[in-house]
Amino acid sequence: MAWTRDQMAARAAKELRDGFYVNLGIGIPTLVSNYIPKGMNVSLQSENGMLGMGPFPYEGEEDADLINAGKQTITELPTTSYFSSADSFAMIRGGHIDLSILGAMQVAENGDLANWMIPGKMVKGMGGAMDLVAGVKKVVVVMDHVAKAKDGAIEKKLLRKCTLPLTGTRVVDMVITDLAVFTIDKAGSGGMKLIELAPEVTLDQVRANTEAHFEAALGKAA
Amino acid sequence: MQKVYSDAKSALAGLLKDGMTIMCGGFGLCGIPEALIEAMRDSGVKNLTVVSNNAGVDGIGLGQLLETRQIKKMISSYVGENKTFAQQFLSGELELEFNPQGTLAERIRAGGAGIPAFFTKTGVGTLIAEGKEIRSFDGEDYVMERGLVADISLVHAWKGDTEGNLVYRKTARNFNPMMATAGKVTIAEVEHLVEPGQLEPDAIITPGVFVKRIVHLKNAKKHIEQRTTRKRDAA
Repeated sequence: MAWTRDQMAARAAKELRDGFYVNLGIGIPTLVSNYIPKGMNVSLQSENGMLGMGPFPYEGEEDADLINAGKQTITELPTTSYFSSADSFAMIRGGHIDLSILGAMQVAENGDLANWMIPGKMVKGMGGAMDLVAGVKKVVVVMDHVAKAKDGAIEKKLLRKCTLPLTGTRVVDMVITDLAVFTIDKAGSGGMKLIELAPEVTLDQVRANTEAHFEAALGKAA
Repeated sequence: MQKVYSDAKSALAGLLKDGMTIMCGGFGLCGIPEALIEAMRDSGVKNLTVVSNNAGVDGIGLGQLLETRQIKKMISSYVGENKTFAQQFLSGELELEFNPQGTLAERIRAGGAGIPAFFTKTGVGTLIAEGKEIRSFDGEDYVMERGLVADISLVHAWKGDTEGNLVYRKTARNFNPMMATAGKVTIAEVEHLVEPGQLEPDAIITPGVFVKRIVHLKNAKKHIEQRTTRKRDAA
C-alpha cells in the first residue's frame, strides 16, 4: 500500500535531528511539523523572516503581522526571533540551516531538481526555492512518485535527466515518495539508491514507475 | 530638515516621474506600504518598474497599480496570488523579471550598501544564470548578480520617530529594511510616530539617515491572506 500524505510527512520527520534548524516548504512538507518527535528540539525557519515558528493561533488571536512563508497566520514561541529577508537568506545561503524539506515536479538521478516552472503555463515564480536548495546542508524532496493527468495518463517524475527548467543542479540528497525512499549522492558518483519501500509496494512496481537508474539497497543503512 | 509629512499624497509630492523605478516593501500583504501605494495610484504616474517580492492580490496593494496599468515591469520572486497580474503578463502588457527571493533580498541589500555586484551559488545551472558571468571560487561555481537601487523606496514600519529611525513589528519587517537603504529617496509610513528619544536606540532597525520622508498612518489597514487557526481543545 502506498503511503498517504501524512505517512510521507512522518517518514520525512525521521530525517530530523535534535538541535536542527529546518525550513519546510508548502504542502506535504508543512505536515512534517506534526511529526517532530516529543522531546526533540527542532527550530523551524520561515524565510519571510522568522526563526522559531509556533503553531497556528487560536481563533480570534490571528495577527496580520505574523505569517509564515505560505502567508498563513502563525504564532511565536519563547525562542522566536524576527529578522529581515536579507538576514533570513544569509541563514539559508550561508549554510546555517540544516535541513530543507520541499516538494518537486521532477528529480533526476544526479540530484537535479525542477519545481518552479512549466514552460507555456503561467509561472508564479521560484520564491525562495533556488536559494534553499543551493544553500541548505541537506535537501529532502517529498512528492508523489508519478504525476497523474486528468485523462489518467501517468508521467514519471524520477528521471534520468529533468525535462523542466531546473531549480538547482545536484542539490537533492533524499527523495520520499508515496512508494519508496531514495538517497542520492549529489556530490559524488554514487548515484541514486532505493533504501525503503512503502508497505506491500514491490521493487518491480517502483522500477515500472521510475525512469531514473537506481541501485536497490533495501535494508542497508543510507 | 523636516521629515514628517501630513499624508501619503504630500509625502510623494515633487518626486514622481513616469518611467521611474520604485521599491515596495512587504511579503504577501504583510508589511506593505499600502497608503503610499494608494497615493501612487491616485497620482497617475505610469510606466513604473516596481521591485517587490510579490505583486499584491486583486484590489489590494500593488494589485491596485496593476488594475490601473501604471506598472510596466515587475522584479519579483513570486506573483502567484494575482489574477490581474496573470492576465496582463500573458497578454504581453506587463514585463516580469523573476529573481530568487534571496538573490532579490541581497541585490537590494548590496545596492543600498554601494556594492554594484556579488557572486552567489543560487541559480547556477538554471535559467536565472543565463547570460550572467559565472566564476569559480574554491572549486565551486557562482553566478554574478547586480546590486539594485531605486528612485523611490516605499516602506512600512510599526514605529518611527521624527528623525526617521524605524522599528518594525514581527514578520512585517521582511524586505522593508533593505529597501529603506536602496532608495534615492525613501519614504516610510509608520503606524506610530513618536518624538526623538522615545525609541530604544539599541532596538532601532533602520537608522534615520536612510529615511527622507515619514508619514503617520492614523488607521493602518492590515490584511490576512490565509487565516489559519487551531481549536482550543487541540492545544
